[in-house]
Amino acid sequence: MDLFAGFRDPAIARALLEKIRSCGRGVRFMEVCGTHTVSIFQSGLHSLLPDNIVHLTGPGCPVCVTHDAEVAAYIEAAGKDKVIIATFGDLMKVPGPGGASLKSAQAEGARVKVVYSPADALAIARENPGDTVVFIGVGFETTAPGIAATIMMAEAEGLSNFTVLSFHKLVPPALDALLSDPEMEIEAFILPGHVSAVIGANAYLPLAEKYTVPAIVTGFEPLDILQALIMMLDMLRTGRPGLANQYARVVTAEGNKKAVRLMHTVFQTSDALWRGIGLIPGSGLAFAPAYERFDAMKALGIELRDVPPLKGCRCGDVLKGKLAPNKCPLFKTVCTPAKPVGPCMVSTEGSCAAYFKYNLEA
Amino acid sequence: MSDRVLLDYGSGGRASQRLVSELFIKSFDNEELSRLNDAAVLDISGPVAMSTDSYTVDPIFFPGGDIGSLAVHGTVNDVSMLGATPRYMTCGFIIEEGLPMADLERIVQSMARAAREAGVLVVAGDTKVVPKGAADKIFINTTGIGEVIVTPTPSADRAGPGDAVLVSGTMGDHGLTILSRRQGISFEAPVESDSAALNHLIGKLVRAIPQIHVLRDPTRGGLATTLNEIAVSSGTGIVVREADLPIRDAVRAGCSFLGLDPLYLANEGKFLCILPQDLAPQALEIMRADPLGRDACRIGEVVDEHARKVVMQTPLGGKRLLGMLEGEQLPRIC
Repeated sequence: MDLFAGFRDPAIARALLEKIRSCGRGVRFMEVCGTHTVSIFQSGLHSLLPDNIVHLTGPGCPVCVTHDAEVAAYIEAAGKDKVIIATFGDLMKVPGPGGASLKSAQAEGARVKVVYSPADALAIARENPGDTVVFIGVGFETTAPGIAATIMMAEAEGLSNFTVLSFHKLVPPALDALLSDPEMEIEAFILPGHVSAVIGANAYLPLAEKYTVPAIVTGFEPLDILQALIMMLDMLRTGRPGLANQYARVVTAEGNKKAVRLMHTVFQTSDALWRGIGLIPGSGLAFAPAYERFDAMKALGIELRDVPPLKGCRCGDVLKGKLAPNKCPLFKTVCTPAKPVGPCMVSTEGSCAAYFKYNLEA
Repeated sequence: MSDRVLLDYGSGGRASQRLVSELFIKSFDNEELSRLNDAAVLDISGPVAMSTDSYTVDPIFFPGGDIGSLAVHGTVNDVSMLGATPRYMTCGFIIEEGLPMADLERIVQSMARAAREAGVLVVAGDTKVVPKGAADKIFINTTGIGEVIVTPTPSADRAGPGDAVLVSGTMGDHGLTILSRRQGISFEAPVESDSAALNHLIGKLVRAIPQIHVLRDPTRGGLATTLNEIAVSSGTGIVVREADLPIRDAVRAGCSFLGLDPLYLANEGKFLCILPQDLAPQALEIMRADPLGRDACRIGEVVDEHARKVVMQTPLGGKRLLGMLEGEQLPRIC
């Protein structure tokens, strides 16, 4: 039995779309999770939404928001002797300063291994005691607890050659930064399902109190998304915007307390650089003092340096919802998934890659 | 013979001769090869279809097949897609020094079995052994030729508006099997490769329906890439209905877990058939009567609009582009 079939039912989807159409008003909404981006395109929802429902794709792909300086740092690490880089696959092609990437570093002799789980990186460290293994910790609250747990495993095992570059990003501070931008024309948010499963719907309460914008924690199936749209339209129509949890079958108010505790044991919040957005206070995770010996930056003596931005790349405007991917002058001409200029074209969950891959009119 | 393949076995001397006589001649077992001349003499007439491919799959043994059976099936299928009957094949081995002899024997026997079942004779071959590290275990090149059954031969540029698009079975099985078994990916899906020789089924099909416009096996790049190649070379648009695409639940689940799209994964025992709509029911009947075409179905149509594009109609009724594969599929973060 396919448990998800019910959430993809075409007849119900048609009825919900009709309800949205008859609502009498539109909305410029943003989702901030790559899985939502792909789901909206892959299901064909993007092509079915009425013209007055404008879908914007925000900074929800961890690869896309990884800052140029962070890319430069992990490429620098890859170039060091006796270092093995372990990474999730989608970072391989991300272009850094001068067009260098992990792929090009690998071609020049760097040892780079693609892993599916940080635990695989731990295994590489065990097998190569003479080398330093650097796991590139890129991701949101979804992946950070797993990486924290892996670091605790390394500690328990006494593995001294396992390190992590913690370039994690936190979602609520990024939403805060977006909402405080006076140029922002977003009327409602679809909040990420995976991240919210970890941090809990209540994590957004301070934001809901500060800004009056509908924000719906939403699941990933087409009917989830359609229901969230109806919820935000209702809030706008009745003049009662607020926080709501559409994805209650997975996301609780409190979230996964154990995961959050693990995350905050190994890491502590810090300022972080977001590609195209810049520094967002309190939006990153640095090592807590007790775990500093696992910090690859310290172990390898690497520092984040100022790097020139990618020429002509407007990923920053795309991430903030100010520019549709297919309106970027580089889109599809200079910038393609095979030869990406900016990070939004690299990851399969990046907004430019999704437009390139799925959008008919592009 | 020693229990590992040594550099001597590719030297052309006695060791090579022993390998040839005790393994290759014995396994492939046909008169033309046994003569051990510098070239083979073939009895073949009329227009000939020819294809070559090199196989470097990792791992070399996988559920549903191995590099040997794959090297036969792949080339047999490529020749068959021209509406031809594959008859003869050559094979060249590049072997890394130190490969266990038992592995080589297993691979050669698997090739022999696959060739026998396909009704193809392996009539010429070559073996080179390279120093450790200069190749990854074993690479195999096969070249096949066959007699053309129908003219004009099926060809991608013959797809025309009004044609139906059929597939012979489920998509993505081979690609997911290989990816999930690769070292470093600890995930194992309950799937196996669909590697199979399609020539008998193709023979039945083109004899009964010589009007078939296109036959293609969606190997590397998968169904999506093959459909795009057809759309581009015929200058037409192709509309595919997502709900009608046959994909096994295990493949779907495995792909979702690994962040892959089954429509871009290789198939090694499936084909795509494009032909005038009115002939589609007959073609499906022939395909479904054969075990290799049991899950055959119609997935879409060739259309006038959307020239050179493939458009996916989603179950919700939406439309989206189904593009070409760009580079390799990479596992994603979350």
